[in-house]
Amino acid sequence: MGKSRTLNLGTGTFVLLGFAALFFLTTQTTSRGLPFMSPPHYDLTAKFDNVGDLKVGSPVSMSGVEIGRVTKIDFDESDFKAVVVLRINAKYSQIPTDSDASIYTQGLLGGKFIGLTAGGADTYLKDKDQIDFTQSAFVLENLIGQVLANFTKSKADAPAADAAPAPAPADSKAAGKPKAAEKTK
Amino acid sequence: MNALRELWQSLTDSLEKLGSVIQFLLRLIVNSPRALMRFDLISQQIFNSGALSLVIIMLSGLFVGMVLGIQGYELLQRFGSEEALGEAAAIGLVKELGPVVTALLFAGRAGTALASELGLMRATDQISAMEMMAVDPIQRVVVPRFLGGVIAMPLLAAIFSVIGIYGAQLVGVQFMGVDAGSFWSQMRASVTLADVNEGIVKSLIFGVACSLIAVYQGYYATPTAEGVGRATTYTVVTSAVVILFLDYLITAAFL
Repeated sequence: MGKSRTLNLGTGTFVLLGFAALFFLTTQTTSRGLPFMSPPHYDLTAKFDNVGDLKVGSPVSMSGVEIGRVTKIDFDESDFKAVVVLRINAKYSQIPTDSDASIYTQGLLGGKFIGLTAGGADTYLKDKDQIDFTQSAFVLENLIGQVLANFTKSKADAPAADAAPAPAPADSKAAGKPKAAEKTK
Repeated sequence: MNALRELWQSLTDSLEKLGSVIQFLLRLIVNSPRALMRFDLISQQIFNSGALSLVIIMLSGLFVGMVLGIQGYELLQRFGSEEALGEAAAIGLVKELGPVVTALLFAGRAGTALASELGLMRATDQISAMEMMAVDPIQRVVVPRFLGGVIAMPLLAAIFSVIGIYGAQLVGVQFMGVDAGSFWSQMRASVTLADVNEGIVKSLIFGVACSLIAVYQGYYATPTAEGVGRATTYTVVTSAVVILFLDYLITAAFL
């Protein structure tokens, strides 16, 4: 009797440990929580000209703090723009209506994420609202193309020569680049 | 001409072997539902192949994870992206190293035990004695061992992966100074449920393959001391080759 008890105890512990490990793998190493574990949230939409390689599940952050995730990316045929649905944690319910959404890159070649910058309005975004001010993804190829075009146009031009090593600098500068690209147009 | 005939002979021999293995598998599957009625037998086999393999699996997982941590850090640091260490280690472990190394260790630890146990039962006429008493040895002895292995393998692989991820975290975060937050968040952002599923499917298939090879070799072992030894050796060799071959097939199918 004693032997069969230790045996069953060992089997039970092993199976429990195994399922705990499976549970850990599915919930802790992936971005998918269990449905009943997801915190209260509300959805916002934003339209972008180009989302680059933004993916469902990419983080949405504000001042560098993750406040939600991208849950859906769709294409609107009426105005040829990408429609992105952002699921924001209900804890962060006071985002001004004139806030703007931009797509940034994590690191030089990292994944894309959406950064929200707060506006100054007194009214706040609610469920199903749309963010009107958006800035598209920074596409490395476009920037290189522009730099090369500028380079061949005027070799004496100082800013163009300055921008030439653009693909090299590290993360901190990468986020600032889209604006630079916008200006050179 | 003679060489050609020998080649033909060995070809038909191996086909015949494959056929008999598959026939044996079908017999095991047909007998499985009735064997599930006596779950205490299966539970005992889960203990033998699973719980007793736990120590070697956990130790190996820890060291494999730690090596991944060092090697991954060394490589990623050249590109200035050592934060991706968590992602690299987790994907490597969950999809490949977890199932494959676990299956190889399982073949060495539990597969050999199964094969030699069944081989000795055959050699000491215990299996014939059961047949004399109208007890079906397949159902009473072989199927519980087979099912125990099939159930134990995915659990062992999951434990291996989790310990491995913590091993990589230990080296990467504690020793090399990678930020713990980005280690985990990059992992969460890039590992998908499909990756985890691929690992589980792989380890289930490896579980069937390893257990089948072990019980087949043991059950049909030549009933001599030498025959039992040979069955044990063949179990490890065949399992290792079959696991790596299946791994390629499954990976190709998933991509």
